[in-house]
Amino acid sequence: MHLLKLILRNTLRHKLRTLLTILGLLVAILSFGLLQTVVDAWYSGAKAAAPDRLITRNSVSLVVPLPVHYRDKIRGVDGVRSVATANWFAGIYQEPKNFFPQFAIDALPYLAMYPEYRIPEDQLRDFMRDRKGAVVGRKLANTYGFKVGDVVPLKGTIFAGNWEFVVRAIYDGAAPTTDTSQFFFHWAYLNESVRARAPQRANHVGVFVVQVSDVARAAEISKAVDAQFGNSAAETLTETEQAFQIGFVKQTEAIVVAIRIVSFVVIFIILAVMANTMAMTARERMSEYATLKALGFGPGFLGSLIFGESLAIAAIGAALGVALTFPVSDWFAAQMGTLFPVFEVSASTLWSQAACAAVVGVAAAVLPALRAARVRIVDGLRAAG
Amino acid sequence: MSLSVPAVEIRHLVKSYWRGGQKVPVLEDITFDIATGDFIALMGPSGSGKSTLLNLIAGIDRPDSGELRVGGTDIMTLNEAELADWRSRNVGFIFQFYNLMPVLTAFENVELPLLLTGLSSRARREHVDMALAMVGLSDRMEHYPSELSGGQQQRVAIARAIITDPAILVADEPTGDLDRASADDILALMERMNSELGKTIIMVTHDPYAAKRARSVKHLEKGVLAD
Repeated sequence: MHLLKLILRNTLRHKLRTLLTILGLLVAILSFGLLQTVVDAWYSGAKAAAPDRLITRNSVSLVVPLPVHYRDKIRGVDGVRSVATANWFAGIYQEPKNFFPQFAIDALPYLAMYPEYRIPEDQLRDFMRDRKGAVVGRKLANTYGFKVGDVVPLKGTIFAGNWEFVVRAIYDGAAPTTDTSQFFFHWAYLNESVRARAPQRANHVGVFVVQVSDVARAAEISKAVDAQFGNSAAETLTETEQAFQIGFVKQTEAIVVAIRIVSFVVIFIILAVMANTMAMTARERMSEYATLKALGFGPGFLGSLIFGESLAIAAIGAALGVALTFPVSDWFAAQMGTLFPVFEVSASTLWSQAACAAVVGVAAAVLPALRAARVRIVDGLRAAG
Repeated sequence: MSLSVPAVEIRHLVKSYWRGGQKVPVLEDITFDIATGDFIALMGPSGSGKSTLLNLIAGIDRPDSGELRVGGTDIMTLNEAELADWRSRNVGFIFQFYNLMPVLTAFENVELPLLLTGLSSRARREHVDMALAMVGLSDRMEHYPSELSGGQQQRVAIARAIITDPAILVADEPTGDLDRASADDILALMERMNSELGKTIIMVTHDPYAAKRARSVKHLEKGVLAD
């Protein structure tokens, strides 16, 4: 109890210094949390991937399409439960900065494979009945104010021309980590239009989404699917949805690595600041430590004083930093629009923030505590006065 | 402690320091006893070794050679932990600059050495109340050192020094930072500790006026006893 009282009073002894150190920790822990959340957002697609879903694409490149008739052959592979098509559309809504993912899909099988997209039954019926209908995610709808019945014009880039879609349904995510920033419409509508404008590009799809009946056989089924199209004009590459998503992330891995490094550099900088604070504190109090030693207190007591103060400052800074991570990340996500489909502060980020603060608190106190423990009483007492 | 046994027995004590790669002798072949219940003043010019001698007797520094028994204990044979425990039970410290913890009240400063004992909170409070009453600061127990005068701070330090009832009080220039009136108060208080409580007091001082209040005086010159 007396030790805690001493730690608390020592912590509040130089209020401005303590306040500035806490402020520095707050900013560092907050920045660390935010940067880790950006990294998590980068991997959110991979994390949301279901183990029973495979993606089949052209083995040459994702941008090279596959004939739609592959669907029937894939469906016939042993272990395949369902197959759906999907095309990346890449249309521009009003201006290029308004980016959001758009997919032309084989609606019924596709949506059945993604039960995490919750669509009201009546809206789903309306969507299925409307050739130009679209399903938009809740986050996307909120970002641009889309409502059921609205007409959304998109300017095609891969598929040239001006396209119009009618919002028929808005889906919600089954979990906070479900991506609700997407825009889906009927592949049949896309294909009809392409057939009229550029017939040679018709009847092709970007990828097939393949649902398997047994997750344990995913690798075997992937090989079987690809074997169907070996030595053909358009060979396929089938992989799990997660591997497919990670492949995307790997294209920008340097950015992710840079963000990770910066997040730890921030922690290292605050460690240096904190260590300096604790070193100054210990130096100023060396005569007090010598007095305590003369009175009979051991190095353990002095160490507890220094570690306690350092950890108390780190804990306050971390608590404030963690608490602010939520509103700041919400604000950040709003500023980013649909760039990050999922931007959620994860439990692992919170634990990492706490761990970093603990490491900073302990590491900053090590040298001052050792110095206090080792100082000769007579040398420490000379600092008095 | 029996009156016939000296409080401090010093035989051929030698102490030197290393400065800039050179060995500087501080104390050379010091031999004398301090009787139990004595109030002795150690005097001498700066650098004569009087504070070093006091530190050795108090167990906060170690001699190079010789024999040193305090209260019958050969403190040269104790390791650091044993020495710390021995100090907490046998020696009370009075410093020139008081050395109080600035974040603790007068009461808490005096209570500090008792935290190393097994006394209950209630017993500690009784002891501290008594010690502060003895030094005339019962009405200042909730004050922080910064709220007390130099003389009052030194009285708190004296209360802290006697709180564990040690046999020996060591005082390094206890009046060095005080005006004459405050110094008189402190010296009178120390005389009371000596005469009424029977404490053996060893005081280092430059001040001949302070030394006159002691029962005996030892002079050091360049590390050797001059008388």
